[in-house]
Amino acid sequence: MEERHDLAQMLGGLSLFADLSHPELEAVAHTFSEEWFSKDQRILRQGFTGTGFYVIADGDAAVRLNGKEIAKLARGDFFGEISILLDEPPTADVVALGPLRCLVLPGPATKSFLETNPKVMFRLLQAEAMRLRNALRW
Amino acid sequence: MVVVGSGPGGLQTSYTLSRLGLPHAVISADPVPGGMFQRFPYFQRLISWTKPYAPAERGSREYEWYDWNSLLGDEPGHQATVAEFMDGSFYFPSRAEMQMGLNAFVARAGIKVRYNCRWESTAEQEGSFVLGTSEGEYRCKVIVFAIGTTTPWKPPNPGLELVPHYADTKPLNEYRNKEVFIVGKRNSGFELADALLPVARRIILGSPSPARISVVEHAAVGARARYLQPYEDHVFGGGNVLLDVAIDLVERLDSGYRITATGAKSKRTSVFEVDDAIAATGFTTPMLDLPKMGVAVFSQGRLPALTPFWESVSVPRIYFAGSTTQAATGLNKYGIPANSAAVQGFRYNARVMAEHIAAEHFGIRTGHRTVQAADLVSHLLAEATRAPELWNQRSYLARVVSFDEGGIIDEGILPLAWFVDSSGSDAVAVSVETDASGDIHPAVYLRRSGRVEEHLLSSEALHQFETEDHRRKLEDLLRPYLT
Repeated sequence: MEERHDLAQMLGGLSLFADLSHPELEAVAHTFSEEWFSKDQRILRQGFTGTGFYVIADGDAAVRLNGKEIAKLARGDFFGEISILLDEPPTADVVALGPLRCLVLPGPATKSFLETNPKVMFRLLQAEAMRLRNALRW
Repeated sequence: MVVVGSGPGGLQTSYTLSRLGLPHAVISADPVPGGMFQRFPYFQRLISWTKPYAPAERGSREYEWYDWNSLLGDEPGHQATVAEFMDGSFYFPSRAEMQMGLNAFVARAGIKVRYNCRWESTAEQEGSFVLGTSEGEYRCKVIVFAIGTTTPWKPPNPGLELVPHYADTKPLNEYRNKEVFIVGKRNSGFELADALLPVARRIILGSPSPARISVVEHAAVGARARYLQPYEDHVFGGGNVLLDVAIDLVERLDSGYRITATGAKSKRTSVFEVDDAIAATGFTTPMLDLPKMGVAVFSQGRLPALTPFWESVSVPRIYFAGSTTQAATGLNKYGIPANSAAVQGFRYNARVMAEHIAAEHFGIRTGHRTVQAADLVSHLLAEATRAPELWNQRSYLARVVSFDEGGIIDEGILPLAWFVDSSGSDAVAVSVETDASGDIHPAVYLRRSGRVEEHLLSSEALHQFETEDHRRKLEDLLRPYLT
């Protein structure tokens, strides 16, 4: 993994932030913090309060429901927004499948972040719509 | 074993290792103990309190919650040493008072440090580490780097390299009647702005995101209340301003700087011609050759990636103490970090880490106490009410008690992130937590048949959790183990 980089530039390469200008990306870089997780470490824990909104910057993760893997997540994917939007603890675990670097926004800051960044909110809605479509496909 | 660094993190580690009977060397590039407090905060007074009068007796374990600066000692002469040297004029110690407290701790506890011995290189050879230093080589099985977050750091904005860093702030008099642009709205930026208020003509604080304030964020990482005068000045239109701008370009002029910046929200570009500028953009860990030998780093290379016991995730037997332990974020509930970046938090991390190293690498285990079933609930509620480890490191360190055939065992204070993801016999961990509304309450993590559940207990006006209501709720949760 790269040691030093322009964080704002890296953010611009993720689809969630692809519509933002450079100053907006810099603000995002200052608003999110960065966290590192080791293989098998849990990032979201089923039933735990106080979680955040996570965007994967590097690495892979698995969504596990009662220990059973139900989805895989990779660079650019995000998670944690459902429990923040519904104000409920996560209903599944998210576990690092190897070294994992995430950008994190605390739950309480996520609502105002989305309100002040409608372009990010739109991208997030698009991704949610795709997840819903895939879940309903038969 | 070798401990690198003689700041509070290194000293606390050495103290605990000695108490555990673990031989080790402490080396330091500095000529005296104290680390970063030798130079910072630039304007002399700390932002962490040591209260001369508190609801607990000075020197008691409980008093540590009211004294955020002294290191942790096991006997009276080693405890509350910073409080002892404060002159009573303020409850935030000056740097000199902090230094005297640390010096006393070192002298009385007999901590031996090889000063003026600079760590220069690191290598791994046949299962040992070889530390190259200015005074020769050290070979060891385990290293603890307590090297602080001490190297000035600036983000890569064009031209920002021309601006002096916070660490190179000039004497106050040189800013008299000048217009000064401070890049950064964290504690160091506000510290400078607060100090410059009486002398500067105008102060502009600029960075991309709005200032985070400790009382709003419920966390000590936000700008501290005592530095907020510049914020009030901005709110009242007093001449000094806080701007949410990204720095596009900094240019040197004959008599100052030209700073081009764009509003993060407004997207309006403005040009500021100022007499002086300071980059209050933070510090980084002086990692030297550690990334080259495989120590994984993140946050733009500023922090090592650590396990919940503060060991490098990629190079086993390399540990970190002191402010670098903030890299292990723990549960980070509601985005409220632990106090690992400051003495009040990392002194406990150092103690837990030293005990972990002694057990894991040298087979030295501290005695675990058996708890009688009839005392369990009282013990846990007393810890939630008074344990300084739980109060200083909320949602981060926990009192852990396990249940197995041998009985009820107090496993000590352990990282909560390790507990909630570990397997083993049934066990309970109690921590103190703050939620999004600022409400402070005990949290109980119960591991049953390998699965950990979270149970939050209610808050109480004076933070006294030894009430009948708390007792009843905890008894209900622990009922299978109380008979």
